[in-house]
Formats: sequence, C-alpha cells, structure tokens
Amino acid sequence: MNADLGQANAIVMRRLLLLAAAMFGFGFALVPLYSIFCDITGLNRDEAQVLARNTQVDRSRSVQVQMLSNSENGDRWRLLAPTGAIAPHPGELVEIEYELDNLSDRPLVGRAVPSYAPARAAAYFKKIECFCFREQRLAPHEKLRMPVLFVLDNRLPADIGVVTLSYTFYAKGES
Amino acid sequence: MTCARACAVAVALFALSDRSGAEYRFNLPAPQSSVAHTAYDLHIIVLWVCLAIFALVFGAMFYSLLRHRKSLGHAAHPFHESTTVEVIWTTVPFLILVGLAWPATKAVLAQKDTGNPDLTIKITGHQWKWEYEYLQEGVRFLSVLATPSEQIGDRMEKGEHYLLEVDEPLVVPVGRKVRLLLTAADVIHSWWVPALGVKQDAIPGFIRDTWFRADAPGTYRGQCAELCGRGHAFMPIVVEVKPEAEYRAWLAARKSDQAAKAAESGRAFAPAELLALGEKIFTANCAACHQANGRGIPGLFPALAGSAIVNGPPQAHVGRVLQGKPGTAMPAFAAQLDDAEIAAVVSYERQSWGNHAEPVQPALVKNQRQ
Amino acid sequence: MAIDGSSAILEPAHHGALPGGTWRWLTTTNHKDIGTLYLCFAAVMFLTGGLMAMTIRAELFQPGLQFVQPELFNQLTTLHGLIMIFGVIMPTFTGFANWQIPLMIGAPDMAFPRMNNWSFWLLPVAAALLIGSMFLPGGAVAGGWTLYPPLSIQGGISYDMTIFALHIMGASSIMGAINIITTILNMRAPGMTPMRMPMFVWTWLITAFLLIAVMPVLAGTITMLLTDRNFGTHFFSAAGGGDPVMFQHLFWFFGHPEVYILILPAFGIVSTVIPTFARKPLFGYRSMVYATASIAILSFIVWGHHMFTVGMPVAAQLFFMYATMLIAVPTGVKVFNWVATMWRGSLTFETAMLFAVAFVCLFTIGGFSGLVLAMVPVDTQLQDTYYVVAHFHYVLVTGALFAIYAGLYYWLPKWTGHRVDENWGRWHFWLSAVSVNVLFFPMHFLGLAGMPRRIPDYALQFADFNRIASIGGFVFGASQILLLIVIVKCVRGGEPAGNCPYEGAVGLEWTLSSPPPYHSFATPPELE
Repeated sequence: MNADLGQANAIVMRRLLLLAAAMFGFGFALVPLYSIFCDITGLNRDEAQVLARNTQVDRSRSVQVQMLSNSENGDRWRLLAPTGAIAPHPGELVEIEYELDNLSDRPLVGRAVPSYAPARAAAYFKKIECFCFREQRLAPHEKLRMPVLFVLDNRLPADIGVVTLSYTFYAKGES
Repeated sequence: MTCARACAVAVALFALSDRSGAEYRFNLPAPQSSVAHTAYDLHIIVLWVCLAIFALVFGAMFYSLLRHRKSLGHAAHPFHESTTVEVIWTTVPFLILVGLAWPATKAVLAQKDTGNPDLTIKITGHQWKWEYEYLQEGVRFLSVLATPSEQIGDRMEKGEHYLLEVDEPLVVPVGRKVRLLLTAADVIHSWWVPALGVKQDAIPGFIRDTWFRADAPGTYRGQCAELCGRGHAFMPIVVEVKPEAEYRAWLAARKSDQAAKAAESGRAFAPAELLALGEKIFTANCAACHQANGRGIPGLFPALAGSAIVNGPPQAHVGRVLQGKPGTAMPAFAAQLDDAEIAAVVSYERQSWGNHAEPVQPALVKNQRQ
Repeated sequence: MAIDGSSAILEPAHHGALPGGTWRWLTTTNHKDIGTLYLCFAAVMFLTGGLMAMTIRAELFQPGLQFVQPELFNQLTTLHGLIMIFGVIMPTFTGFANWQIPLMIGAPDMAFPRMNNWSFWLLPVAAALLIGSMFLPGGAVAGGWTLYPPLSIQGGISYDMTIFALHIMGASSIMGAINIITTILNMRAPGMTPMRMPMFVWTWLITAFLLIAVMPVLAGTITMLLTDRNFGTHFFSAAGGGDPVMFQHLFWFFGHPEVYILILPAFGIVSTVIPTFARKPLFGYRSMVYATASIAILSFIVWGHHMFTVGMPVAAQLFFMYATMLIAVPTGVKVFNWVATMWRGSLTFETAMLFAVAFVCLFTIGGFSGLVLAMVPVDTQLQDTYYVVAHFHYVLVTGALFAIYAGLYYWLPKWTGHRVDENWGRWHFWLSAVSVNVLFFPMHFLGLAGMPRRIPDYALQFADFNRIASIGGFVFGASQILLLIVIVKCVRGGEPAGNCPYEGAVGLEWTLSSPPPYHSFATPPELE
C-alpha cells in the first residue's frame, strides 16, 4: 500500500469516526429534542403556563374534568384526588386540591408526575399553580393539601368533551 | 416450485377464510365494534390488493421461469433498461398506495375519537393481573387468571377457555361508548381485545385513552400484548358485554358486595377460614413467582419455605406484603388486597411448606395500615 | 464450517513466512482469512440460535408447559433474537463483504487490515458475554431483544452484560463499516467508476453508512439504560421526569435502519446471482442504486410504526403510516427489476439461483405483510402478535438468510476452488423452502386469530397451527445439516472450479484463480 493511499484512507477514517461520534451525541441529543417535542404538543408539561391576557370564558360549553391519582406505590403514602368530577367552562379559572398523606414513620420526599388523556388535550391544559412543579417534603404522618390552579384554553377542540388529569407520585430514592 | 405451492396454499386458505370454521381460523375474529369492523374491512382490502399484485408479478416471473429456460433452448435477450417501464412501475404502486392511505386515514381519525363517552373505566396493568376501576361508580376490582396451574402443568385436562378465563371479568353495557384510561403500576402492559378492536399499551406513570362501543352482548376474550415478564402469557382479559338492565344489576351487586367486605374488615377469622382464603389469594397473586410449592425460583424469586421473613415477626411479614420491595418484582399489595385478604395470604404462607409461624388476623393488618 | 476445514481453503501457497495454526487466525490481517473467520463465527452462532429456536418450537408444539418454564422461555426468545441479528446475519454479511469486496473492486486487501482483525475478534468476546449470562443466577436477559424499560430495569446482572456485549458488537460493526467504506471509496481499480461497481458493493456501501449512522445511537440508548439501571438516572422512568416511551423512540430510531442493514446486502447478493443464471445483465442497474439509497434514507423516518399502540398523537401516527407505505415503492422497483432480469433470459437453476428465486418470491410475501402492518388500524390488531413474527421471519429468514444461502452456493467455488455438490444443494433447497413456509406461513393465521408473541403457552384455539409450525420448524432446522454437509464437502474437494465456474458470471472476482491468491490484486486490474 503506498503512502498516498494510506493518507487518503486515514482521512476517510477520520471523517467516518467523526460521523460515528456525532451520531452518538445525536442519540443523547434526542433526549432534549424529545422533551421539546413533548412541550410543543403539551405532553408531559410540568411548568407553570403564562396565562393568555385576554382569556375569555366560553360560557357556551363546559368540559368535564376527571381527576385521578395513581397510588399503586404501596402504603408509605397515599395520593388522593378530589372526589367527583367538575365541569368548568373553557377559559374559567379552576382550583382543585389533591391530598398527599405520608403514612410512614419516616419523612417523605418526592414529586408528582402529571399525565393527561386524551393526550392532545394536554396542550390546552394551562396550569398556573401545581404541586407537580416542585418537590414535596412531608414529615412522618403529615397530611398535605396541595392546590392545582388551571385554566382550560378556550381553543380546546370542540370534540373534546372529557379531559382526564392524572398524577402519579414518586418518592425520591425509590424506583 | 415451492413458491407456487405456497401461494396456491395461501390463496386457498384465504378463500376459505370467510367461512371461518371452528377448528381453523384464518382471519381476524368477527368484529364486534365499529373500530374492529374498520380494521377488518381494511385488512381485507389490503390483502386483495396484495394478492392481485402478487399474482400479476409472480405470474410473470413463473411464466419466465418455465419458458425462458436454457434447457428449452431459450437464448438470453440482453436488454437491461426501459425508462418507460421503470416510470410506470414506480408511479402505479404509488397511486395504489394513495388509494389505500385514504380509507386508512379515515379509520385512524375515528379510532382516536375518545370524546363523549357514556362511561369511563380506568385500567391498571400489574404484573400479572388487570385492575378495573369504574370512575363514576366507585367500583374497583382485580381480574386474575382463573385457569388452575394443574392445567398449565399438564396434570389436568385443559378447559375450553384455557388461559383465556378470569375470576372477575370486566362488565360493560352493550351499545354504550366506553372510554378506557390505561396505566400500569410496574412495567408496560398492553390491553387487547381483538373482537372489540382495542389494543392500547399501559405505561407506568402515564395515562393513555382509547374507546370501544360493543355491538352485541357476549363474552369477548383477549390477552396482554406487551412482554411484561414471566407471567405475560397468564394475564388474560375477559369482557362481558351485557344489556343495560343486566349491567345495572351487576353494578348494584358489585357495590353492595364491596360495602359488605368493608364492613367485615375488623372481624376475627377462624384459622381454617384464613387458610382457605389464603390459598386462593396465594394462587392468584403469588404463585407465579414464589411457586405453588413455596420454593420460588433460585436467582429470580426467593423461596418462602423456610424464609426468615415468613417465619419471623408478623409485622415484618405483613409489611413486606403491603409495601412490596422497591426495585424488585415484589409489588406492594396495599392497594390491591383488603385487610382480610392480606391476613389470609400471610397466614397461609406462615403455615405452609414446613413453616410454623403463628397466623395473622385482619385487625393486625388494619392496624399496621394506619 | 469447521475452522480446521476452512483453513484448507486458504493454504497460503503464494506466501512466504506465515504463522501457522491458531496464531495465524488470531493475528491474521488478510481479508480472506477474516472473511472466513466471520463466516465460521456466524455458523457457530447460527447453530446456537437455531437450537434455541428448536427449543422454543418444542415448547410451543402443544398447549401447556412441557420443556421450559416461562422465564427460561423468555430468555430463549430474547437470546434467539439477539444472536440471530447480531451474531448471524450481520457477521455473515460482513464475512461476505470481507471476502468479496476487494475481489470485486480489484483491491489487494481491505483499507485497514489490522483494524479488520480487531473488528472480528471483538465478536467472540461479545458473544461470550451474551451467552455466558445464561449461566449466572437469574439467567440471561428475558425482556425481549428490544430491551424495553421498565422491564429491563427490573432484571439482574445479565442485562448489564448484554448491554456491554451490544456495545462491543456495535464497536465491531462500526469498525467494519469504516473499513468497508474506505476500501470502496479509495481502493477501486482504475476505471471502476461508482456506476460500474457491482450491486453487492453498492448495497454494502449504503449499509455501511447506515451502520455508522445508527449503531452509535443504539450505543447511546443502551448507555442511558445502563445508567438508569445502575447510577440512578431517570431517562426512561416517569419517577424522575423521564419517559419509558422515549426508549422506544430511541431504540427504533436505531432499529428500523437496522432492519435495512439486515436486508440491503441481501439485495446485493440477489442482484448478483440472478443476472448470472439468467445470462443477462441486471435490469435497471441505475434505478437499483437509487432504490437502495431511497430505502436507506426512508428508513430513518419510519421508526414510529413499531409503536403504533403506545398512544402517539394522531398526526404522528399518520406521518409514520404514510412514510412506511412509501417504502413499498422503491422495494417494489427492486422486485420488478429482478423479475425483468429473469424475463427472456436463458435460465438455469443451480442451487444459488433456486435460493435467489425463492428469495424474490418469499421476501415479497414479507413485504406485503409489512404493508398490511403499516395500516395503523390493522396494526392495532396485529401489533405484538404472531402476524408480526411471521412478517419479520419472512423478511429475515426467507429474505436475508435465503440470500445468504444463495451467496454461499454462488461464491463457495471461488473461495474453495471446488464446485458445490448440486445434488445435495438441491435437497437442501427444496427441504428448506418447503419447510420454511410450513413453519412461518401459519403464523399469519395465529396472529390474526389473536395469539400474542413472546408467550410460552397459549389458548387451545391456537393449538393446530402451532403444531404445524413446529413440525415445519423441526424439518427446517434439520435441513440445515445438509448445508453443513455441502460446505464440508466443498471445502474438502470436488470438481475444480477453474477461474469461473459459471457461464453467465461477470466481474473481477472471476478473473482470478479459485481459490484466489493470498493477496488478491497485487497490481490493480485494468477495466476495459
């Protein structure tokens, strides 16, 4: 193999290695890209929304909101959803309250993760205040009432008559 | 040629498919909801399009294979391009695909329309059972495989609905739009009932929704469709579609049953009563991992026979069942089983397979929950 | 393919001081030696993965649990998938590439011979990690070859070993791909312009780019899985703000191009074999090249069709559905071109041609079931059922594997210097081709009837087709012993192949002796 060819080969190899390294990075870059995609579509959103200023209440219709909690995670804590369903008008400011009970003798630290159904409703679910924005800390046997303040955007598609809001609580240090 | 034979068999089999006999079924099960109907029809359309193209292309190929042989003295014609032909066989398939995409798109939009339901049921996938919660009614129960392990182990003749039977089916009214909310407690499961055209993954931490409206009363069976561990094959789904009145009656019975159970949670149980209930609970919830003989599976699931926890103080044992063991396959049963059931299964474990620890009463469980 | 048997293939007659025995194979930098090593490794893996498949079919022969318990069953299906993909199909194609590409483009060897040696010897290490984990407490990975979390986060140490094994195999593939691309780009004989390269070289060039583009993404994804498992990150767990569905997106971003990595070289082989035995040039060479490239590009935007049931937004479902259906166009072009190549040729049916013709026909069945699965509403019914199992086995067994068989029968005379025993070959073909359909065709019906995949036990209504499939499976498995006999016979002796045993073959490899000299083209050949 002559020297010229060896050099040419080395150049191609270097470029291909760069490509491989870039694709490895791209794999990790897909993680934030995925979150951006989820933000655009409103899925998995867990930050406070800026409320549109000229929010008008659309009194011509009301949307049923089901509030759920998942508490399969044992008896160390219990997350209770407000009972009954509510049916606010789009544009109306709604306050609801979840309750988190620490049932154990140890302090409880953790965070709730929200989820919505149908998924496309998530983009219209504007939360101004939510316990899911931050970590919750509970003393042993403490009960905490936690408010959620939200507005359903009045651009919510007309064919969505029911929206489900669900929280799952995860304690820190347990998977 | 094999291909010819395979194709002939395929065509013959598909020709038979509409007359689906009891023994051999060649097509999707008879659809029982609008979504299942669309999927069924769409499948038939695509299938015929494929078969037509297949017959055309491979008709030409087999003609060539038979006639253009060297052994028949056929000389090669070394043509190797034709822009016209190539443009045609690029555009024609494209147009066919557009034709197929049209009905498929309409079907997708219909499938996604979960608005205006008559009732909503939350479904939670557990390793390896389903939990159903009727949101407006406050009714909640677990649905577990009812096939005895003797049948699975070939020690008993298999029943008609082998592996497709549960202790508590999901009951819904006929002709009503049922919205399903799916989530999972541990790993991803998938709730699938072919006749109703519903398959939706249940993902821990998230809820997904889907829907169906059953056309006719009947019992429809399905299975978990996402690999979820060793019990994946053993968490079937049974949906009983009933006329409105029967559904109402079932709902009322369910509610009073639940109330009665809650009322007796403080009652003391006789040892024999505990053991009988405990064995039932153990078989349904624990035997998949810890095995019916309590020996577990070395390296995967710990043995209960001779276990330190099982033979130790009752509080620790009850605690483990209530809370599970985070990071392992041992789930928390606090939300799945009531006080009496937990007391019973713990007592059963403490007195079986050579264990001799004292039984536990529901009151102790109730106490420990607070 | 026994190692000592194949060493006879390459008795280094034209070479001076070459180390002998084991040391030679450990240190070899010769593209033919390394090609042989890849093929032998793949043969051993094929036997291993095949025995697992036989065990799976034995368990599924009738309802009830007879031979293996569910957790072992899940380990077997998982390992069967990983071994067949990463241990058989990919190394075989790399073996073919090592043997053939320098011969076909008129190069003396691969561009980086020492790296070539490394990329092979990483494979046995990875295989040992993967298969060795079976013997640890808790057994091997049982979460399916797709390793979806959270199930794959529950598992034991074997998951970490498998992730490590996949990292090693990925590194090996990337090194191999770099070598192949560099060789093709820089070492072609004078006059071998890109549009004069053999189709096999073209398909491998595109495959190698796919490998470099997606293997690192897999590496990244499983690294995240590893840190989720061991170091408390939450990429894929809702608990820490992650999402298990994201794993599926990342995995299939790798996984779908991977599917084409497994089939594009097969297209290349078939495009080489059919013209030879039709005694005609390949029809539509140009459109073949463009079709291959468009399939490769489209493969990056269809991953979502593996996840139609996770609950994606409707716009995403439609996008992935349209993109997937679009792939049928270039794939169709290829099939039409192969048929047109046979049309009005002067056909003979040597075993290589039989497998190539069967490939065209049966791969198309897999393509059609792919089109059926592309329809979201139909896929909702068929996702994760035996219909999907039938689909990808038609694509990978009667597709990739049959093309590999065609390539083996076609090139063995070149590699060994002896003609293949066509009688044994025909038996191998007919037994395989019939039994493979008995094995996989009924799986379509099982899926339609509602049998989920990855289950060790099933309802009684699925019993009949499962029994038929199992019988087909056993016959198919046993038939592969014939292949072993054919190869051993061919290595040991037989009618001399001469430079070119085929009337209709064209290409530089046929200008060399069979077997070719240890260093192929010491001086570059001249193309007219």
